[in-house]
Amino acid sequence: MLQTNLTHLTSEEKFNQTLKENENVMVCCGRMGPMCIPVYEAMEELQPTYKNVKFADMEFDSVTGNVIRSLPETKNFNGLPFTVYFKNGKVVKATSSIQSIDQITEILDANFGK
Amino acid sequence: MNHNHFDVIVIGAGPAGLTVGIYLSRGKMKTLILNEGAVGGQTVLTHEIANYPGIEKISGFQLARTMKAQALNFGCTIKSNVRITKLEIGNNIKTVEINGKDLFTSDSVILATGGKSRSLNVPGEEEFKGKGISYCATCDGDFFQDKNIIVVGGGNSALEEAVSLTKYANSVTVVHQFDHFQAFPQAVEEAKNNPKIRFLMESKIIEFNGNERLEKVKIHNQSSNEIIEKPIDGVFILIGYEPNTEKLKGIIELNERNEIVTNDKMETKIRGVYAAGDSTAKRYRQITTAVADGTIAALGAIEYLNTKKFKNVV
Repeated sequence: MLQTNLTHLTSEEKFNQTLKENENVMVCCGRMGPMCIPVYEAMEELQPTYKNVKFADMEFDSVTGNVIRSLPETKNFNGLPFTVYFKNGKVVKATSSIQSIDQITEILDANFGK
Repeated sequence: MNHNHFDVIVIGAGPAGLTVGIYLSRGKMKTLILNEGAVGGQTVLTHEIANYPGIEKISGFQLARTMKAQALNFGCTIKSNVRITKLEIGNNIKTVEINGKDLFTSDSVILATGGKSRSLNVPGEEEFKGKGISYCATCDGDFFQDKNIIVVGGGNSALEEAVSLTKYANSVTVVHQFDHFQAFPQAVEEAKNNPKIRFLMESKIIEFNGNERLEKVKIHNQSSNEIIEKPIDGVFILIGYEPNTEKLKGIIELNERNEIVTNDKMETKIRGVYAAGDSTAKRYRQITTAVADGTIAALGAIEYLNTKKFKNVV
Protein backbone atom coordinates (compact mmCIF):
# COMPACT_ATOMS: atom_id res chain seq x y z
CA MET A 1 0.00 0.00 0.00
CA LEU A 2 1.32 3.46 -0.89
CA GLN A 3 1.89 5.67 2.14
CA THR A 4 0.26 8.89 0.95
CA ASN A 5 -2.86 10.81 1.91
CA LEU A 6 -4.09 10.70 -1.68
CA THR A 7 -6.99 8.54 -2.82
CA HIS A 8 -5.68 5.02 -3.46
CA LEU A 9 -7.02 3.43 -6.63
CA THR A 10 -6.81 -0.20 -5.64
CA SER A 11 -9.02 -1.78 -8.29
CA GLU A 12 -9.93 -1.19 -11.90
CA GLU A 13 -13.52 -0.67 -10.78
CA LYS A 14 -12.47 2.12 -8.41
CA PHE A 15 -10.32 3.66 -11.14
CA ASN A 16 -13.24 3.69 -13.62
CA GLN A 17 -15.62 5.03 -11.00
CA THR A 18 -13.17 7.85 -10.10
CA LEU A 19 -12.89 8.88 -13.75
CA LYS A 20 -16.68 8.76 -14.11
CA GLU A 21 -17.37 10.83 -11.01
CA ASN A 22 -14.66 13.48 -11.48
CA GLU A 23 -14.11 15.78 -14.44
CA ASN A 24 -10.41 16.29 -13.67
CA VAL A 25 -8.25 13.48 -12.33
CA MET A 26 -4.49 13.21 -11.75
CA VAL A 27 -3.19 9.68 -11.15
CA CYS A 28 0.37 8.98 -10.11
CA CYS A 29 1.26 5.34 -10.64
CA GLY A 30 4.47 4.35 -8.89
CA ARG A 31 6.20 2.92 -5.85
CA MET A 32 7.30 4.53 -2.58
CA GLY A 33 10.66 5.18 -4.26
CA PRO A 34 13.04 8.07 -4.80
CA MET A 35 11.54 9.33 -8.04
CA CYS A 36 7.91 8.83 -6.97
CA ILE A 37 7.91 10.34 -3.46
CA PRO A 38 8.53 13.94 -4.63
CA VAL A 39 5.56 13.66 -7.04
CA TYR A 40 3.26 12.28 -4.32
CA GLU A 41 4.38 15.03 -1.97
CA ALA A 42 3.73 17.72 -4.58
CA MET A 43 0.24 16.25 -5.13
CA GLU A 44 -0.43 16.33 -1.38
CA GLU A 45 0.66 19.97 -1.27
CA LEU A 46 -1.49 20.92 -4.27
CA GLN A 47 -4.58 18.99 -3.19
CA PRO A 48 -6.08 21.78 -1.04
CA THR A 49 -5.56 24.41 -3.75
CA TYR A 50 -6.95 22.47 -6.70
CA LYS A 51 -10.39 21.54 -5.37
CA ASN A 52 -11.51 20.86 -8.96
CA VAL A 53 -9.01 18.01 -9.34
CA LYS A 54 -9.15 14.52 -7.86
CA PHE A 55 -5.62 13.48 -6.82
CA ALA A 56 -5.09 9.73 -6.73
CA ASP A 57 -2.31 7.18 -6.67
CA MET A 58 -1.96 3.61 -7.84
CA GLU A 59 0.59 0.91 -7.13
CA PHE A 60 2.73 0.33 -10.19
CA ASP A 61 3.32 -3.36 -9.51
CA SER A 62 -0.34 -4.20 -8.84
CA VAL A 63 -2.75 -5.77 -11.29
CA THR A 64 -4.64 -2.45 -11.30
CA GLY A 65 -1.44 -0.66 -12.34
CA ASN A 66 -1.92 -2.28 -15.72
CA VAL A 67 -4.65 0.25 -16.60
CA ILE A 68 -1.97 2.96 -16.56
CA ARG A 69 0.89 0.82 -17.88
CA SER A 70 -1.13 -0.23 -20.93
CA LEU A 71 -2.26 3.23 -22.02
CA PRO A 72 -0.97 4.22 -25.49
CA GLU A 73 0.26 7.48 -23.90
CA THR A 74 2.65 5.59 -21.58
CA LYS A 75 3.96 3.01 -24.05
CA ASN A 76 7.34 4.74 -24.40
CA PHE A 77 7.75 5.41 -20.69
CA ASN A 78 10.50 3.71 -18.72
CA GLY A 79 10.98 5.96 -15.73
CA LEU A 80 8.90 5.83 -12.57
CA PRO A 81 6.42 7.21 -11.73
CA PHE A 82 3.93 7.25 -14.62
CA THR A 83 1.66 10.25 -14.04
CA VAL A 84 -1.50 10.63 -16.11
CA TYR A 85 -3.98 13.51 -16.22
CA PHE A 86 -7.57 12.74 -17.26
CA LYS A 87 -10.31 15.18 -18.32
CA ASN A 88 -13.78 13.71 -18.70
CA GLY A 89 -12.20 10.25 -18.72
CA LYS A 90 -9.78 11.07 -21.54
CA VAL A 91 -5.99 11.39 -21.20
CA VAL A 92 -4.92 15.00 -21.67
CA LYS A 93 -1.31 14.67 -20.53
CA ALA A 94 1.09 11.98 -19.30
CA THR A 95 4.57 12.33 -17.82
CA SER A 96 7.31 9.86 -16.92
CA SER A 97 9.88 10.05 -14.10
CA ILE A 98 10.26 12.65 -11.35
CA GLN A 99 8.50 16.01 -11.81
CA SER A 100 8.83 19.19 -9.77
CA ILE A 101 5.85 20.95 -8.21
CA ASP A 102 6.26 23.73 -10.78
CA GLN A 103 6.07 21.26 -13.69
CA ILE A 104 2.95 19.67 -12.17
CA THR A 105 1.33 23.05 -11.50
CA GLU A 106 1.93 24.09 -15.09
CA ILE A 107 0.15 20.97 -16.37
CA LEU A 108 -2.76 21.37 -13.92
CA ASP A 109 -3.23 25.02 -14.88
CA ALA A 110 -2.97 24.32 -18.60
CA ASN A 111 -5.44 21.44 -18.57
CA PHE A 112 -7.76 21.94 -15.62
CA GLY A 113 -7.48 25.57 -14.49
CA LYS A 114 -7.72 26.38 -10.78
CA MET B 1 0.81 39.69 2.00
CA ASN B 2 1.09 37.41 5.06
CA HIS B 3 3.92 38.21 7.47
CA ASN B 4 5.23 36.20 10.41
CA HIS B 5 8.34 36.52 12.59
CA PHE B 6 10.39 33.50 13.75
CA ASP B 7 13.47 33.10 15.91
CA VAL B 8 15.10 31.02 13.18
CA ILE B 9 14.28 30.28 9.56
CA VAL B 10 15.89 27.13 8.20
CA ILE B 11 16.17 26.77 4.44
CA GLY B 12 16.19 23.11 3.49
CA ALA B 13 14.50 20.03 4.93
CA GLY B 14 17.02 17.26 4.47
CA PRO B 15 18.64 15.55 7.49
CA ALA B 16 20.61 18.73 8.34
CA GLY B 17 17.59 21.06 8.20
CA LEU B 18 15.31 18.63 10.04
CA THR B 19 17.92 18.13 12.78
CA VAL B 20 18.08 21.90 13.19
CA GLY B 21 14.28 21.90 13.40
CA ILE B 22 14.30 19.21 16.09
CA TYR B 23 16.95 20.91 18.24
CA LEU B 24 15.59 24.44 17.94
CA SER B 25 11.95 23.55 18.48
CA ARG B 26 12.82 21.39 21.44
CA GLY B 27 14.77 24.40 22.75
CA LYS B 28 11.51 26.42 22.47
CA MET B 29 12.78 28.53 19.60
CA LYS B 30 10.07 29.53 17.13
CA THR B 31 11.36 27.78 14.04
CA LEU B 32 10.28 27.70 10.42
CA ILE B 33 11.70 25.28 7.86
CA LEU B 34 11.22 26.22 4.22
CA ASN B 35 11.99 23.67 1.54
CA GLU B 36 11.86 24.01 -2.22
CA GLY B 37 11.32 20.30 -2.86
CA ALA B 38 10.07 17.23 -1.04
CA VAL B 39 11.01 16.84 2.64
CA GLY B 40 14.00 14.56 3.15
CA GLY B 41 16.31 15.86 0.43
CA GLN B 42 18.78 13.30 -0.91
CA THR B 43 17.83 10.88 1.89
CA VAL B 44 14.68 9.82 0.06
CA LEU B 45 16.92 8.76 -2.84
CA THR B 46 18.32 6.00 -0.65
CA HIS B 47 16.37 2.77 -0.58
CA GLU B 48 18.12 1.30 2.41
CA ILE B 49 20.29 2.89 5.07
CA ALA B 50 22.31 0.44 7.14
CA ASN B 51 25.00 2.67 8.64
CA TYR B 52 22.94 5.11 10.70
CA PRO B 53 23.97 4.38 14.29
CA GLY B 54 21.19 3.01 16.44
CA ILE B 55 19.06 1.90 13.53
CA GLU B 56 20.01 -1.39 11.92
CA LYS B 57 18.13 -0.87 8.68
CA ILE B 58 15.70 1.78 7.46
CA SER B 59 14.56 3.24 4.15
CA GLY B 60 15.60 6.81 3.40
CA PHE B 61 11.93 7.76 3.08
CA GLN B 62 11.09 6.35 6.51
CA LEU B 63 14.07 8.01 8.20
CA ALA B 64 13.18 11.39 6.68
CA ARG B 65 9.54 10.92 7.63
CA THR B 66 10.48 10.13 11.24
CA MET B 67 12.78 13.17 11.43
CA LYS B 68 9.99 15.36 10.04
CA ALA B 69 7.50 13.99 12.58
CA GLN B 70 10.00 14.63 15.41
CA ALA B 71 10.49 18.25 14.33
CA LEU B 72 6.72 18.81 13.96
CA ASN B 73 6.01 17.22 17.34
CA PHE B 74 8.37 19.68 19.01
CA GLY B 75 6.45 22.56 17.40
CA CYS B 76 8.49 23.31 14.31
CA THR B 77 6.64 24.74 11.28
CA ILE B 78 7.55 23.12 7.96
CA LYS B 79 6.55 24.40 4.54
CA SER B 80 7.71 22.19 1.67
CA ASN B 81 7.55 22.58 -2.11
CA VAL B 82 7.71 26.34 -1.78
CA ARG B 83 9.58 28.72 -4.09
CA ILE B 84 11.96 31.13 -2.36
CA THR B 85 11.53 34.40 -4.20
CA LYS B 86 13.53 36.75 -1.97
CA LEU B 87 16.34 36.21 0.51
CA GLU B 88 17.79 39.11 2.49
CA ILE B 89 20.04 37.89 5.28
CA GLY B 90 22.69 40.59 5.59
CA ASN B 91 20.88 42.63 8.24
CA ASN B 92 20.10 42.05 11.89
CA ILE B 93 16.58 40.97 10.93
CA LYS B 94 16.56 38.47 8.09
CA THR B 95 13.80 38.37 5.46
CA VAL B 96 12.62 35.44 3.32
CA GLU B 97 9.78 35.66 0.83
CA ILE B 98 8.15 32.56 -0.66
CA ASN B 99 6.02 32.12 -3.75
CA GLY B 100 6.17 35.87 -4.34
CA LYS B 101 3.56 36.49 -1.65
CA ASP B 102 4.35 35.25 1.86
CA LEU B 103 6.97 37.16 3.85
CA PHE B 104 8.80 35.79 6.88
CA THR B 105 11.36 37.48 9.10
CA SER B 106 13.74 36.01 11.66
CA ASP B 107 16.70 36.78 13.92
CA SER B 108 18.78 33.97 12.52
CA VAL B 109 18.91 31.87 9.34
CA ILE B 110 20.36 28.41 8.85
CA LEU B 111 21.13 27.38 5.28
CA ALA B 112 20.73 23.65 4.78
CA THR B 113 19.96 23.63 1.08
CA GLY B 114 21.58 20.26 0.36
CA GLY B 115 22.55 18.93 -3.03
CA LYS B 116 21.01 17.58 -6.18
CA SER B 117 21.94 14.94 -8.76
CA ARG B 118 24.23 16.32 -11.40
CA SER B 119 22.94 16.25 -14.94
CA LEU B 120 25.02 16.27 -18.10
CA ASN B 121 23.24 19.36 -19.48
CA VAL B 122 23.52 18.24 -23.08
CA PRO B 123 20.91 18.37 -25.89
CA GLY B 124 18.11 15.81 -25.54
CA GLU B 125 18.63 15.11 -21.83
CA GLU B 126 15.43 16.79 -20.65
CA GLU B 127 13.41 15.46 -23.60
CA PHE B 128 14.26 11.79 -22.94
CA LYS B 129 14.09 11.87 -19.15
CA GLY B 130 11.87 8.90 -18.25
CA LYS B 131 11.93 7.78 -21.88
CA GLY B 132 15.35 6.16 -21.78
CA ILE B 133 17.28 8.48 -19.47
CA SER B 134 17.20 7.71 -15.76
CA TYR B 135 18.98 8.87 -12.62
CA CYS B 136 17.90 5.96 -10.41
CA ALA B 137 18.99 2.41 -11.21
CA THR B 138 16.96 0.83 -8.42
CA CYS B 139 13.79 2.61 -9.61
CA ASP B 140 14.01 2.02 -13.33
CA GLY B 141 16.40 -0.90 -13.81
CA ASP B 142 13.64 -3.42 -14.47
CA PHE B 143 12.45 -1.46 -17.53
CA PHE B 144 15.67 -2.50 -19.26
CA GLN B 145 15.39 -6.28 -19.23
CA ASP B 146 17.66 -7.71 -21.98
CA LYS B 147 18.44 -4.20 -23.26
CA ASN B 148 21.73 -2.49 -23.98
CA ILE B 149 22.39 0.40 -21.65
CA ILE B 150 25.00 2.97 -20.67
CA VAL B 151 25.96 4.09 -17.17
CA VAL B 152 27.64 7.49 -17.06
CA GLY B 153 30.12 8.08 -14.24
CA GLY B 154 33.16 6.66 -12.51
CA GLY B 155 32.40 6.94 -8.81
CA ASN B 156 31.16 4.29 -6.39
CA SER B 157 27.48 4.84 -7.26
CA ALA B 158 28.09 4.52 -10.98
CA LEU B 159 30.12 1.30 -10.75
CA GLU B 160 27.96 -0.33 -8.10
CA GLU B 161 24.80 0.47 -10.05
CA ALA B 162 26.43 -0.74 -13.30
CA VAL B 163 26.98 -4.12 -11.64
CA SER B 164 23.46 -4.13 -10.23
CA LEU B 165 21.97 -3.27 -13.65
CA THR B 166 23.57 -6.38 -15.20
CA LYS B 167 20.78 -8.32 -13.42
CA TYR B 168 18.45 -6.93 -16.07
CA ALA B 169 20.45 -5.64 -19.00
CA ASN B 170 22.04 -7.54 -21.83
CA SER B 171 25.06 -5.24 -21.77
CA VAL B 172 26.20 -2.24 -19.73
CA THR B 173 28.73 0.25 -21.08
CA VAL B 174 30.32 2.54 -18.51
CA VAL B 175 31.13 5.89 -20.07
CA HIS B 176 33.55 7.93 -17.99
CA GLN B 177 35.22 11.24 -18.75
CA PHE B 178 38.59 10.44 -17.14
CA ASP B 179 41.18 7.70 -17.75
CA HIS B 180 40.76 6.42 -14.18
CA PHE B 181 37.85 5.82 -11.77
CA GLN B 182 37.06 7.70 -8.56
CA ALA B 183 35.41 4.61 -7.05
CA PHE B 184 36.97 2.41 -4.38
CA PRO B 185 39.27 -0.34 -5.80
CA GLN B 186 36.86 -3.13 -4.81
CA ALA B 187 33.99 -1.47 -6.75
CA VAL B 188 36.25 -1.07 -9.78
CA GLU B 189 37.39 -4.68 -9.56
CA GLU B 190 33.85 -6.00 -9.28
CA ALA B 191 32.76 -4.00 -12.32
CA LYS B 192 35.81 -5.08 -14.34
CA ASN B 193 35.20 -8.73 -13.49
CA ASN B 194 31.60 -8.60 -14.71
CA PRO B 195 31.44 -10.02 -18.25
CA LYS B 196 28.42 -7.89 -19.15
CA ILE B 197 30.24 -4.61 -18.46
CA ARG B 198 32.52 -2.81 -20.88
CA PHE B 199 34.18 0.59 -20.54
CA LEU B 200 34.55 3.71 -22.64
CA MET B 201 37.11 5.85 -20.84
CA GLU B 202 37.97 9.51 -21.51
CA SER B 203 34.59 9.82 -23.16
CA LYS B 204 31.57 12.06 -22.79
CA ILE B 205 28.01 11.85 -24.07
CA ILE B 206 27.41 15.04 -25.99
CA GLU B 207 23.90 14.44 -27.37
CA PHE B 208 20.84 12.21 -26.89
CA ASN B 209 18.71 11.35 -29.92
CA GLY B 210 15.56 9.42 -30.72
CA ASN B 211 11.96 9.82 -31.69
CA GLU B 212 9.42 8.98 -29.01
CA ARG B 213 12.09 7.37 -26.86
CA LEU B 214 15.87 7.42 -26.62
CA GLU B 215 17.48 5.51 -29.49
CA LYS B 216 21.10 6.66 -29.73
CA VAL B 217 23.75 8.84 -28.19
CA LYS B 218 26.70 10.79 -29.57
CA ILE B 219 29.90 10.13 -27.65
CA HIS B 220 33.05 12.25 -27.84
CA ASN B 221 36.30 10.44 -27.14
CA GLN B 222 38.51 13.13 -25.66
CA SER B 223 41.73 11.26 -26.27
CA SER B 224 41.24 10.56 -29.99
CA ASN B 225 38.87 13.52 -30.55
CA GLU B 226 36.60 11.08 -32.36
CA ILE B 227 32.79 11.35 -32.20
CA ILE B 228 30.84 8.12 -32.44
CA GLU B 229 27.11 7.47 -32.61
CA LYS B 230 25.99 4.55 -30.47
CA PRO B 231 22.51 2.96 -30.62
CA ILE B 232 21.28 2.48 -27.05
CA ASP B 233 18.11 1.59 -25.14
CA GLY B 234 18.81 3.44 -21.93
CA VAL B 235 21.27 5.69 -20.13
CA PHE B 236 21.69 5.97 -16.36
CA ILE B 237 23.39 9.21 -15.32
CA LEU B 238 25.19 8.73 -12.01
CA ILE B 239 27.77 11.50 -11.85
CA GLY B 240 27.36 12.63 -8.29
CA TYR B 241 25.83 15.67 -6.69
CA GLU B 242 26.23 19.41 -6.72
CA PRO B 243 25.27 21.86 -3.97
CA ASN B 244 21.95 23.69 -4.19
CA THR B 245 23.45 27.13 -3.80
CA GLU B 246 22.43 28.94 -7.00
CA LYS B 247 20.17 31.31 -5.07
CA LEU B 248 22.93 32.07 -2.57
CA LYS B 249 25.42 33.46 -5.11
CA GLY B 250 26.30 37.02 -4.23
CA ILE B 251 24.60 36.65 -0.85
CA ILE B 252 26.92 34.30 1.00
CA GLU B 253 30.55 33.26 0.59
CA LEU B 254 30.86 30.21 -1.69
CA ASN B 255 34.03 28.38 -2.66
CA GLU B 256 35.10 27.40 -6.20
CA ARG B 257 32.79 24.38 -6.06
CA ASN B 258 29.84 26.60 -5.07
CA GLU B 259 29.79 25.16 -1.55
CA ILE B 260 28.99 27.40 1.43
CA VAL B 261 32.04 28.35 3.45
CA THR B 262 31.67 28.00 7.24
CA ASN B 263 33.94 27.77 10.25
CA ASP B 264 33.93 24.79 12.61
CA LYS B 265 30.88 26.25 14.41
CA MET B 266 28.99 26.17 11.11
CA GLU B 267 28.94 29.98 11.11
CA THR B 268 29.12 31.90 7.85
CA LYS B 269 30.68 35.34 7.68
CA ILE B 270 27.25 36.96 8.14
CA ARG B 271 26.25 37.34 11.79
CA GLY B 272 23.36 35.10 12.69
CA VAL B 273 23.64 33.04 9.52
CA TYR B 274 24.75 29.41 9.77
CA ALA B 275 25.00 26.60 7.25
CA ALA B 276 24.80 22.82 7.58
CA GLY B 277 24.78 19.64 5.52
CA ASP B 278 25.67 18.80 1.93
CA SER B 279 25.67 22.38 0.66
CA THR B 280 28.65 23.27 2.86
CA ALA B 281 32.32 22.88 2.03
CA LYS B 282 33.45 19.63 3.62
CA ARG B 283 35.09 16.33 2.82
CA TYR B 284 32.48 13.69 3.68
CA ARG B 285 28.80 13.85 2.81
CA GLN B 286 26.80 11.37 4.83
CA ILE B 287 23.48 11.51 6.68
CA THR B 288 25.45 11.31 9.92
CA THR B 289 27.66 14.28 8.99
CA ALA B 290 24.61 16.30 7.93
CA VAL B 291 22.95 15.54 11.26
CA ALA B 292 26.14 16.55 13.10
CA ASP B 293 26.33 19.84 11.15
CA GLY B 294 22.68 20.51 11.92
CA THR B 295 23.25 19.95 15.62
CA ILE B 296 26.23 22.32 15.72
CA ALA B 297 24.42 24.99 13.69
CA ALA B 298 21.30 24.75 15.88
CA LEU B 299 23.27 25.04 19.13
CA GLY B 300 25.23 27.94 17.65
CA ALA B 301 22.01 29.70 16.67
CA ILE B 302 20.55 29.19 20.15
CA GLU B 303 23.69 30.73 21.68
CA TYR B 304 23.53 33.61 19.19
CA LEU B 305 19.86 34.27 19.94
CA ASN B 306 20.38 34.15 23.70
CA THR B 307 23.28 36.60 23.46
CA LYS B 308 21.22 38.87 21.22
CA LYS B 309 18.28 38.83 23.64
CA PHE B 310 20.60 39.47 26.62
CA LYS B 311 22.12 42.49 24.83
CA ASN B 312 18.64 43.82 24.09
CA VAL B 313 17.66 43.48 27.75
CA VAL B 314 20.84 45.21 28.98
